[in-house]
Amino acid sequence: MGYFAGLIFVLAALWLGLSGIYKPLLLILAGISILISVVLASRLETVDREGSPYGRSIPILSYWAWLMIEIFKANWPVIKACVSANLNINPAFVRVKTRCESDLAKTIFANSITLTPGTVTVEVEGGKLLIHALFEEDATPDSFDEMDLRSYRAADGKREEELAA
Amino acid sequence: MTEIAAVAIIIAIGLTLVRALLGPTLYDRVLAVNSLGTKIVLFIGFLGFVLGRPDWLDIAVLYALINFVSTIAILKFFRYRSFQVPLHRRPATKTPTEQGGDNV
Amino acid sequence: MSELLGILIFLKPWVGGILCVIGALLALIGSIGVLRFPDFFTRLHAASITDTSAVTLSLLGMAILAPSWLVVFKLAAIWLFIFLTSPTGSHALANAAHTAGLQPVLGRDLKRPDNSEEGA
Repeated sequence: MGYFAGLIFVLAALWLGLSGIYKPLLLILAGISILISVVLASRLETVDREGSPYGRSIPILSYWAWLMIEIFKANWPVIKACVSANLNINPAFVRVKTRCESDLAKTIFANSITLTPGTVTVEVEGGKLLIHALFEEDATPDSFDEMDLRSYRAADGKREEELAA
Repeated sequence: MTEIAAVAIIIAIGLTLVRALLGPTLYDRVLAVNSLGTKIVLFIGFLGFVLGRPDWLDIAVLYALINFVSTIAILKFFRYRSFQVPLHRRPATKTPTEQGGDNV
Repeated sequence: MSELLGILIFLKPWVGGILCVIGALLALIGSIGVLRFPDFFTRLHAASITDTSAVTLSLLGMAILAPSWLVVFKLAAIWLFIFLTSPTGSHALANAAHTAGLQPVLGRDLKRPDNSEEGA
């Protein structure tokens, strides 16, 4: 039920924030549409730990803050490559292993790699990722290690304790 | 200042359109259209601030959502040549009841 | 304290406007990259500049210029949508191209691969 409560909370916050008009009629309509959304989501069976990971909001948000800094750092080489007179790029395919186990952690890791300019996840097979990198020398498997560890901790860390509790 | 930003975004939209027209592969065109959508979202936002009507951001929210859906729909269509095929789905190996609240 | 507040209110439109302009220029740089880079996979990297830093800086600038908190919430919603959907879209594109057998340009000399059967 916790997942349903989280979903209802997020949908209500979205409606209240986007509408900005708080008349009774509109609030009743908001209730009806939230109800329809929740029923549809439960019919789609997307209301579970992976579909709405609100229990791990704080680790995921702190991971996101770290990721923003990484994204802005990784932007510089790509911007320089875009505007420099001669194309000074060295594209390559790199294979990287990940320690993430759950689908949520893998999604977070692959999406972080894709969000970082200069690297794009092309394929995910089991625990291996195929990555296309703009600069081969920057994209050694070691350079993804910290991101891997942090996304693992954000999504999977302390999972055993949660399961035991 | 937002006027300058809007003009710069218009130029960027023009350059992206050139890539969408030049191709050469289907994926280049889809990439250009996807990138175009993101720029148009920014442009609608800037235009709302230039004209003093930030309510237009509602349209930008919708545009951001439709942009994503259309990209996925185009890719799915050109992969299966049909919208009727379900996307790849792994068979369920474990029961989804190990976490509370799933079997409601 | 009130002088500091006055300075902040005076600076607000300038900081917001400059952030907007920087974001728009980054989008322009991303478009130039999309136009210049040699093949599909490298163009994907140029497009991701637009999707990340240009969007973040522009929306931050607009949030500083915004007249009410409602507008700030809408901007935050747009930012969240774009940050959740753009990597998924990029990955779907790259995966589709890779599965279809599009050969990338590799190495520093940017050797052209043979894409004759997939070409155009």
